[in-house]
Amino acid sequence: MKKIFYILIIFLFKFNIAYSLIEVDITRGNLDPLPIAVSPLHVDPQSDNYQDVKTKELGALISSVVEKNFKSTGLFNPLNKDAFVQKPDIAHLKPRFEDWRLITAQALVTGKLLLKDEKLKIEFRLWDVAANKEMIALAFTTTPSNWRRVAHIISDKIYERLTGESGYFDTRIIYVSETGPRTQRVKKLAIMDQDGENTKYLTLGNELVLTPRFNPTNQLVTYLSYFRNLPRVYLLDIETGIQEVVGNFPGMTFAPRFSPDGKKIIMSFAKNGNSDIYTMDLESRLVEKLTEDSSIDTSPSYSPDGKYITFNSDRSGLQQIYTMKSDGAGVKRISFGDGLYGTPVWSPRGDLIAFTKVKGGKFYIGVMRSDGSGERLLTENFYQEAPSWSPNGRLLVFYRETKAGKDGAGFTAKLWSIDITGYNERQLKTETDASDPSWSSLLSK
Amino acid sequence: MKFNKKLTNLLIILISTLALSACSTGKKSGGPSGDVYTGKATIEYLATGVKDRVFFATNRSALTTASRDTLRKQASWMRKNKKLNVVLEGHGDERGTREYNLALAEKRANAARDYLLTYGISGKRISVISYGKEKPVNSASTPLAWSQNRRSVTVKAK
Repeated sequence: MKKIFYILIIFLFKFNIAYSLIEVDITRGNLDPLPIAVSPLHVDPQSDNYQDVKTKELGALISSVVEKNFKSTGLFNPLNKDAFVQKPDIAHLKPRFEDWRLITAQALVTGKLLLKDEKLKIEFRLWDVAANKEMIALAFTTTPSNWRRVAHIISDKIYERLTGESGYFDTRIIYVSETGPRTQRVKKLAIMDQDGENTKYLTLGNELVLTPRFNPTNQLVTYLSYFRNLPRVYLLDIETGIQEVVGNFPGMTFAPRFSPDGKKIIMSFAKNGNSDIYTMDLESRLVEKLTEDSSIDTSPSYSPDGKYITFNSDRSGLQQIYTMKSDGAGVKRISFGDGLYGTPVWSPRGDLIAFTKVKGGKFYIGVMRSDGSGERLLTENFYQEAPSWSPNGRLLVFYRETKAGKDGAGFTAKLWSIDITGYNERQLKTETDASDPSWSSLLSK
Repeated sequence: MKFNKKLTNLLIILISTLALSACSTGKKSGGPSGDVYTGKATIEYLATGVKDRVFFATNRSALTTASRDTLRKQASWMRKNKKLNVVLEGHGDERGTREYNLALAEKRANAARDYLLTYGISGKRISVISYGKEKPVNSASTPLAWSQNRRSVTVKAK
């Protein structure tokens, strides 16, 4: 991903627009999604190979990616292009707002692109239809193969302008791809764009791999591999493909995650039937033991400021969620509801902890405040677990397995996402069965 | 015959679940022998009369009386075959979170290991690996399948 990618902001944000009339309220459910018109990007006739279909269709392709992103949020309702009256190039210069109001659009996205000398130049504008005003105008220059990323970046800019929160479209999801029967499952690390495109497989499936997690600051991944039948935490650089074992532990290490600054790995180490939580500094290789208890301590996750850790322990008898300071002091149980609690993971905003709850034979994904109060269950199913936050803390992605019949008949594992309001539950497109998703940070900041 | 055996297994599970739910009020679920598999369907033999595996209750790693009997037989088999080393493979069922299952299955295999140690087998001859819920023997989503999957299997080291 280190392809040369530069963003040239030609028009700066127009701060002179005080408060626009349209604002998307995302604090509650999306009962009333905002009607938005995404006009196909106009392809400049001066582009190289203008007569080529690929060139001519690029504008429509980019706008369809943007549209799909908006649709997936549940907060926007992209309008049918058949109803658009104005031509893309004219709308981009000066929209006739009354035409767009007529088809109930409240926001309008227009743009144009020029393909010249192996460079792709894209301009787009976001218009407030009700107030007859331009809200953003931006331009990017990049390599033509990067057109999808530009579409995602445009989506993020518009999302940010309309919701007041940072976007999450220019991101990727790493997960475990699953194929074959359950008794001989083949698992590979896979990575894809947030919208399910550009799937790449990072391991061959020769050994069992589990629980990949992104480093929040770069393109490193930590995961569990059974390479040579020794379950250990590994580090993988997804740009170079270089892998290495984390630390030198005489036993199974598992449940790895990065610290928020990306400099440490926190994980469990199991020895003689006891799992405790350890950290390892990636630079100094210094190992620190944080919990000292005869119970199972696992699934650790740092708070975004790095000062606290939440984890899973059965020291009270059954699986519950705990927090402690990052040095291991001040252990406090925070889950007290009926049932078992697992896989706590701290929101990037710091206010919430997402978890898996098991109660009455059902599995729930939920959130609670970091002191354990305000528990809300977002979704109930036969089996689902392992929530991972979108970088803006608005959505959770997790995996769900269906009930299997004899010999595993009808079994599937898929990735799903849900808004923390509990609305907009949707399945993510994956090429194979999938589990253990981890959401990256925004690729462009 | 086979059908009959399955039925018996199912009945045993049913009865034990009933017994468990009857006494579980106000207690932690899964006593030491709560919903432990007691059938023979998935078992293989290391030698005549030496079963290769022991089973566990939901969320538990305690050995049952039957498990201890199996492990004593494994210990005496190992004493007779002094050059043999074993791997204890710990497993869980699909009804738990992946990471917790990895830890729990490691604990189960170590419970079996500890018992072999008390019967005089050297720790050098035993290694332990946890597969969590990754390698079920029965891939159905039924209480019977789950009970067969909660296991520690002793295999000859290669």
